[in-house]
Amino acid sequence: MSITALTRSERPAWKEKPKLPTQAAKGLALIVTVVAVVVPFWVVIATSFAPDQQVIENGGYAVWPKEWTFTAYERIFDQGQVTDSLMVSIGITLAGTLFSLASTVMLAYALARPGVVGGRPVMVMILFTFLFPAGMIPSFLVVNSLGLRNTYWALFLPVLVNAFNLVVMRGFFQGIPGELFESAKLDGAGELRILWTIVLPLSKAVIAVVGLFYAVGYWNDFFRALLYLDDSSKWPLQTLMRTYVTGLNNNKLIDVQGAAAEQVHYAPQTVNMAVVVLATVPILLVYPFIQRYFTKGVLTGAIKS
Amino acid sequence: MAPGVLYFLVFQYLALFGNAIAFKNYMPFVGVWESEWVGFANFQALFSEPAFWQAALNTVVLSLLQLVFYFPVPLALALLLHSLMQGRLRKFVQSVVYLPHFISWVIVVALFQQVLGADGAVNGLLGGSDGHLLDIFGNPDAFRPLMVVELIWKECGWGTIIFLAALHNVDEGLYEAAALDGAGPWRRFWHVTLPSLRAVIILLLILRLGDILSVGFEQILLQRDMFGPDVAEVIDTYVYHHGIRDQNWGIAAAAALFKGVIGAMLVFSTNKIAHRMGEQGVYR
Repeated sequence: MSITALTRSERPAWKEKPKLPTQAAKGLALIVTVVAVVVPFWVVIATSFAPDQQVIENGGYAVWPKEWTFTAYERIFDQGQVTDSLMVSIGITLAGTLFSLASTVMLAYALARPGVVGGRPVMVMILFTFLFPAGMIPSFLVVNSLGLRNTYWALFLPVLVNAFNLVVMRGFFQGIPGELFESAKLDGAGELRILWTIVLPLSKAVIAVVGLFYAVGYWNDFFRALLYLDDSSKWPLQTLMRTYVTGLNNNKLIDVQGAAAEQVHYAPQTVNMAVVVLATVPILLVYPFIQRYFTKGVLTGAIKS
Repeated sequence: MAPGVLYFLVFQYLALFGNAIAFKNYMPFVGVWESEWVGFANFQALFSEPAFWQAALNTVVLSLLQLVFYFPVPLALALLLHSLMQGRLRKFVQSVVYLPHFISWVIVVALFQQVLGADGAVNGLLGGSDGHLLDIFGNPDAFRPLMVVELIWKECGWGTIIFLAALHNVDEGLYEAAALDGAGPWRRFWHVTLPSLRAVIILLLILRLGDILSVGFEQILLQRDMFGPDVAEVIDTYVYHHGIRDQNWGIAAAAALFKGVIGAMLVFSTNKIAHRMGEQGVYR
């Protein structure tokens, strides 16, 4: 990285030439920032791929695996608990995102069309929840009285529509020129048909962003399962990982069968970190898409309004 | 439209009425509506509880620490990023610093333990064979700084977005005019950049002040047991432990309602003050 790379590519004539100390300070600040973000991820990845022996000698971590091994990952998949949790997480994320997205799109569309009966009071009602969201205890009582406790419905119905996402989507729909609707109406298309054939194809970017936000939210959630699912064998991955993070389970996330019997030196950290990697990978996979749509300014526009 | 509206009615509004149990002697088998009204008895019980005031104090202290030490970081980072050229380097740094926002708190805490924990990389590399350079996790004195550092790590990149949008909207002509009038980089920063950020900064300050009784519920819930309730209990975790775990429904609901009312009052009053100062605020 050369010093000149740090300057604006086209410096306006009125601007002073960048000074070397300033540039150096900026460069240093950037490097420190990037390193601070990347290093923790790296340590976790390295630990998950390191051999047990090395992790034990180091006392619980590895910065560079002496040899790259998949033992920790094999142990995870040999043992049912993490695989089950992974399936729960995937299922909740898919189902939750689908239900949330469908409800949000329909509601946002209805609220975006002028002249919908009750549109304004409904909008006021939704914005009011920004100021006074339902608290934990009342939500719990509602879920309980509906008989949703200990069902997977409890993991997404209580957070089905996010008011912020709704406002973002409504704003986008309102930006679609009204003539498109009029001409479709004249051609005899119903509201659902207009939504399906005209609005949705025009709104791919905003739907993608909102869908990804819902998906990330569902994937990352540990608390709802802790609140509503008493049976820990039903827990998603994040809630399972919580037992390790809080130090409740003697720092062993899962019991690895057979390892002790085989007299193998076994470092639980490798397995723990492999689970952390597994939980992070889906986020890393969708992250470029979030970035791409984000830079299109879909959300920055919404934040400003 | 129907499913979405139904959601708001059931899970937001029906739940909002559920707050009535703060004024009732709630018995799960009797139900919310049939339970007996007890007036402000739950609030009296709550306010005579030292653990609640400790939690309230912890909350406010953490909030203020975040305000002083977290709040300026995204602003500084945004200024740094804005001063770079619009090239690949800037995009790369942005991609890196936005990422932690999308990582769950469970993972963030795991990452921090792996690096800064007793058996973590920093202690192993710098502390010698058995030396413990850092004693952070489980040490009550380290709790507050740790919470702030974790928050900075996770959210400061994401926090730059709103500042970057504001910086992007500044008219280049203002800088040029200032430079032609002989203003150096510092004076341009002081007289052009900062004033153009003032509305955003005040908006965010109001929102933060209104939310002063909330401090990262998930983050703190995960680490509360490790550090103990003396420092690590905040109002939200108090509600969880007393309501959901210990089934003191009325008292926990009272604590949550107390928090909600104070928060709303803070938003109203800070917004008013902002208007007095001639600023836009959150709403009119």
